[in-house]
Amino acid sequence: MTDSKYFTTTKKGEIFELKAELNSDKKEKKKEAVKKVIASMTVGKDVSALFPDVVNCMQTDNLELKKLVYLYLMNYAKSQPDMAIMAVNTFVKDCEDPNPLIRALAVRTMGCIRVDKITEYLCEPLRKCLKDEDPYVRKTAAVCVAKLHDINAQLVEDQGFLDTLKDLISDSNPMVVANAVAALSEIAESHPSSNLLDLNPQSINKLLTALNECTEWGQIFILDCLANYTPKDDREAQSICERVTPRLSHANSAVVLSAVKVLMKFMEMLSKDLDYYGTLLKKLAPPLVTLLSAEPELQYVALRNINLIVQKRPEILKHEMKVFFVKYNDPIYVKLEKLDIMIRLASQANIAQVLAELKEYATEVDVDFVRKAVRAIGRCAIKVEQSAERCVSTLLDLIQTKVNYVVQEAIVVIKDIFRKYPNKYESVIATLCENLDSLDEPEARAAMIWIVGEYAERIDNADELLESFLEGFHDESTQVQLQLLTAIVKLFLKKPTETQELVQQVLSLATQDSDNPDLRDRGYIYWRLLSTDPVAAKEVVLAEKPLISEETDLIEPTLLDELICYIGTLASVYHKPPSAFVEGGRGVVHKSLPPRTASNESTESPETAPAGAPTGEQPDVIPTQGDLLGDLLNLDLGPPVSGPPLTTSSVQMGAVDLLGGGLDSLMGDEPEGIGDTNFGAPPPAAPARVGAPIGSGLSDLFDLTSGVGTLSGSYVPPKAVWLPAMKAKGLEISGTFTRQVGSISMDLQLTNKALQVMTDFAIQFNRNSFGLAPAAPLQVHAPLSPNQTVEISLPLNTVGSVMKMDPLNNLQVAVKNNIDIFYFSTLYPLHILFVEDGKMDRQMFLATWKDIPNENEAQFQIRDCSLNAEAVSTKLQSSNIFTIAKRNVEGQDMLYQSLKLTNGIWVLAELRIQPGNPSFMLSLKCRAPEVSQHVYQAYETILKN
Amino acid sequence: MAKMIHSLFLINCSGDIFLEKHWKSVVSQSVCDYFFEAQEKAADVENVPPVISTPHHYLISIYRDKLFFVSVIQTEVPPLFVIEFLHRVADTFQDYFGECSEAAIKDNVVIVYELLEEMLDNGFPLATESNILKELIKPPTILRSVVNSITGSSNVGDTLPTGQLSNIPWRRAGVKYTNNEAYFDVVEEIDAIIDKSGSTVFAEIQGVIDACIKLSGMPDLSLSFMNPRLLDDVSFHPCIRFKRWESERVLSFIPPDGNFRLISYRVSSQNLVAIPVYVKHSISFKENSSCGRFDITIGPKQNMGKTIEGITVTVHMPKVVLNMNLTPTQGSYTFDPVTKVLMWDVGKITPQKLPSLKGLVNLQSGAPKPEENPSLNIQFKIQQLAISGKKCLAWV
Repeated sequence: MTDSKYFTTTKKGEIFELKAELNSDKKEKKKEAVKKVIASMTVGKDVSALFPDVVNCMQTDNLELKKLVYLYLMNYAKSQPDMAIMAVNTFVKDCEDPNPLIRALAVRTMGCIRVDKITEYLCEPLRKCLKDEDPYVRKTAAVCVAKLHDINAQLVEDQGFLDTLKDLISDSNPMVVANAVAALSEIAESHPSSNLLDLNPQSINKLLTALNECTEWGQIFILDCLANYTPKDDREAQSICERVTPRLSHANSAVVLSAVKVLMKFMEMLSKDLDYYGTLLKKLAPPLVTLLSAEPELQYVALRNINLIVQKRPEILKHEMKVFFVKYNDPIYVKLEKLDIMIRLASQANIAQVLAELKEYATEVDVDFVRKAVRAIGRCAIKVEQSAERCVSTLLDLIQTKVNYVVQEAIVVIKDIFRKYPNKYESVIATLCENLDSLDEPEARAAMIWIVGEYAERIDNADELLESFLEGFHDESTQVQLQLLTAIVKLFLKKPTETQELVQQVLSLATQDSDNPDLRDRGYIYWRLLSTDPVAAKEVVLAEKPLISEETDLIEPTLLDELICYIGTLASVYHKPPSAFVEGGRGVVHKSLPPRTASNESTESPETAPAGAPTGEQPDVIPTQGDLLGDLLNLDLGPPVSGPPLTTSSVQMGAVDLLGGGLDSLMGDEPEGIGDTNFGAPPPAAPARVGAPIGSGLSDLFDLTSGVGTLSGSYVPPKAVWLPAMKAKGLEISGTFTRQVGSISMDLQLTNKALQVMTDFAIQFNRNSFGLAPAAPLQVHAPLSPNQTVEISLPLNTVGSVMKMDPLNNLQVAVKNNIDIFYFSTLYPLHILFVEDGKMDRQMFLATWKDIPNENEAQFQIRDCSLNAEAVSTKLQSSNIFTIAKRNVEGQDMLYQSLKLTNGIWVLAELRIQPGNPSFMLSLKCRAPEVSQHVYQAYETILKN
Repeated sequence: MAKMIHSLFLINCSGDIFLEKHWKSVVSQSVCDYFFEAQEKAADVENVPPVISTPHHYLISIYRDKLFFVSVIQTEVPPLFVIEFLHRVADTFQDYFGECSEAAIKDNVVIVYELLEEMLDNGFPLATESNILKELIKPPTILRSVVNSITGSSNVGDTLPTGQLSNIPWRRAGVKYTNNEAYFDVVEEIDAIIDKSGSTVFAEIQGVIDACIKLSGMPDLSLSFMNPRLLDDVSFHPCIRFKRWESERVLSFIPPDGNFRLISYRVSSQNLVAIPVYVKHSISFKENSSCGRFDITIGPKQNMGKTIEGITVTVHMPKVVLNMNLTPTQGSYTFDPVTKVLMWDVGKITPQKLPSLKGLVNLQSGAPKPEENPSLNIQFKIQQLAISGKKCLAWV
């Protein structure tokens, strides 16, 4: 007698038959009928028509029947709200039942019936159950509060359930505590601002006590809740860590990973000199390894998290390389993740083993895996210099296999190796050229063309090779076309005599026969360069390329820190912050690692940089001007990025930069050359950009150079600390922005608060709203010794590439020294962008004011300013806000003013000053209203200083 | 972890959804289309990625006993939590019905539904311990169904499970046995990768101690080891008192009733693992010919006088292999020309006559000589031997 009989009712009149049975007098028959109904429900059949009949069976002493009816109710109440009311009485009665099991069951089921009308009736029983003498009922009721909150949040708050729930955190029963925590966490998620889980040392202590005694699932809730707490100092952090560590030995992997999250987060607060820090590091390795012996699905999630942990603290698993070796029967998704981690752990010490493994993998069956393995060999070469030679020879062996996709992957990675170690392995070019014909993937073709162009002088028949590609030029993908164009120009610059015809041909193919704007524009640029100044062309096209770094695939540090706070969650699987993908972004709070606050004021010594952190290398995470130029040449192949795409928008430089930043910077270098050169080709249209409309690149130039300006210069805010020493391994940076006689500069003060000498400074800006970029490299002439401070004025220009930032005047800066790279962001005052020729003609002003729609007008009040109209005018003029006209209307002074930003945006202002009233009214009109707020702030700062 | 698991779908290998359970509102079956899409993309059922994102939901799935357990979630949750829970569901089915199969689940669909309801409430796991579940919902037995149909009683317990709220939620109260007994199985698996030349690339021991405890009342047990320092990397059943282990290296616990896994541990390759068998192999393919030779012999290494038994060898042959013509000195072999898997069931090793398997390999004519080396997978059992050298000392 099995339940499968419930599936085999006669097809005809099934519902009718069931109805009759449900209304039968015999208990047994009734129960059987309900079972049949449930069975139909499990396979997705709609049996909602039986609602009243099933509900009639609810009044029963038979617990099984009651449970079955409850099951049915939960499924269908939503679709039959009026009928569901019929059940309320029974629920209320059951909540008073002497049997706690029934009380709990009733309150639990009521919460699952998501019908508004029912919730009113639920409140009283719920209140009783929350204070029930039986902990089983209390813990069920705690969850019910969360359910109710989801249906009607206001009701829960009005009824004071939240406070009752908070009281339950101090309950004597650990299971009740765990459920209360879970319910509060859930509610807090939808109210990120509310201070529901007000964690303090006392409540933390209660949670830690409950942690030892509650079920595994409760432990996960408590651990996740602990992870949101920020201990007040390192002692507290250590004591919490000590009490969490035993969870690492739990059989449930979710408990283990939640414990790892808490430890990884709180470790941030511990000084690395502590003995305990080392102990903790040692304790973290075994549980992570153990996760890899679990089921493949668990392994996958664990591996994605280990990938983050390895990036954050490589020292934890550095001796465990072997556990990441791929097993032949691992599912492919596990294999690919393991491979990724192997590369991250590769070091000089274990490179031989890694390479031997990778070589084996490259002969496997699965194509994706093989490709990734070949790429991995390339990454090893780039990461561990000592192994480069061996990697290259391994790759050559693989090329000899002539397996098509292996060859193609190998060529792509060899190109990267050439870039990393120029002039070292070029002897293999001949072998590569043999495989030219077998390449059919764009990436591989582009890589091969790059190699031919780059080493054109060493390849005798480079022109023939490139010419052979040219035949099918229009059938190639854009990537290959761009690469081919550049390669031929390179070839021409190297061997001008023999290749003139070829270069003419490719330039005409690119500019005349192509519909692709990127290709056309690049063609024009080369054409102009070559025709006006071949020497400059040579300097640009054959310029030294920035080295590629091994760590291009690293997750950006700030994102990594955020993801560490999300260990074990979906965010950690996707390597994206939850705000990037959780639907609606509801209740997503930005989490960050706690800052180190030592109780004993031990300052971190710079020697404690993580072992795996790159030192002395040049990881170009944020591209420089140099890169933009590089972009013109050959960098659109991209760095060897693998793994999921990162959210950093700065890593991949698209074709837009070629126009936006690249062209501007090209021309910015030699502005005088532009005015009198007529190319006869239309100037490239400014690419569509998000945010403020930007004037053409050419006019920017004139803004900069034609400025006469007043000598006094704009207001300079005092220097502020931008990068505290604590965050930057001892390097402190403070600074400010100035604008004087048409040039903007960033005045920096670098202080070395570490114990070691700092050298090799460099600075880069991320793309920003107004294209601010360093006009010269950061010049720190002598090494900076400990406790020394140096003042530098870094000239800036506004011809960098543009990306709208939020807030608009946000500037992200990366500073590098011999120790590490550091990132910070700062807000620049907008008035440094006000140009000297911002005085508008009167007529023009009137026309423009009328022309700008009224919805673009913004009004602000400037308070507490005691200057008179005259003084205001003078003061503003020194910061390039020009008064065009002044009127006196009904005793008020009206000043009409204009200013222009570096990117050509005009802002018109009307300033109303009432003598004797310290509050001024400012109305701003601008075609890009988003700048108004910042212009107003500039007024404020200028007038009040 | 709001509403951890929204819905659960059980899907068989032919892609039929044969059970669905919704803990909140009903989610249409069509959400599984994304899963089927991913399944199609993955060449092998085992390769379906465990986390799939769809426009409105995430699907987290496990593959167990030829069934997919696909859960639908809507908000940020710890995926491990979900995966662990799904495995626990599968374990419970296994425990209740003896097997976790489509037939068993369909035969007991009402119990399955009751169990799922009991295991999860609003996304919070309620009762996942088999001891407690069995008090709430009695497992089906032939006897009970007969009794129930006569007496009209049900298979749902009507009292609160005693363990549910005590500090030892894993044990039910009032257990009585006439014969008090406790059994422990120590199972150790060596997981090793050995390269062509026979040197060990990677080896580790995965061990578990499974217990079957039939003791009355609230027994408090402790178990100590001769050489506990081997156990550095251990996962414990929640019943074990961690403090005592930390300070004295003694396993002290009040056990659940019945079968359970006490600890699992890992001994890594640093403590040199001696592999008890070796394989001599010679697999060669002739250039420009459609056949090759295959010859493997298995022999025991130091095995402390114990016999090695239950040996099976699995070889994944290259794609170009059409068929194999082999003669085993003992046991029997099969070759599946579709999956290209050679299985040799060897049985026991007798040191006097080492088992071997020799013969010819037929390749596709005209195909190039295979590049990849076939990997050999050997499984065997040794009774009454713990490779790690762990010894159990005393009972208190």
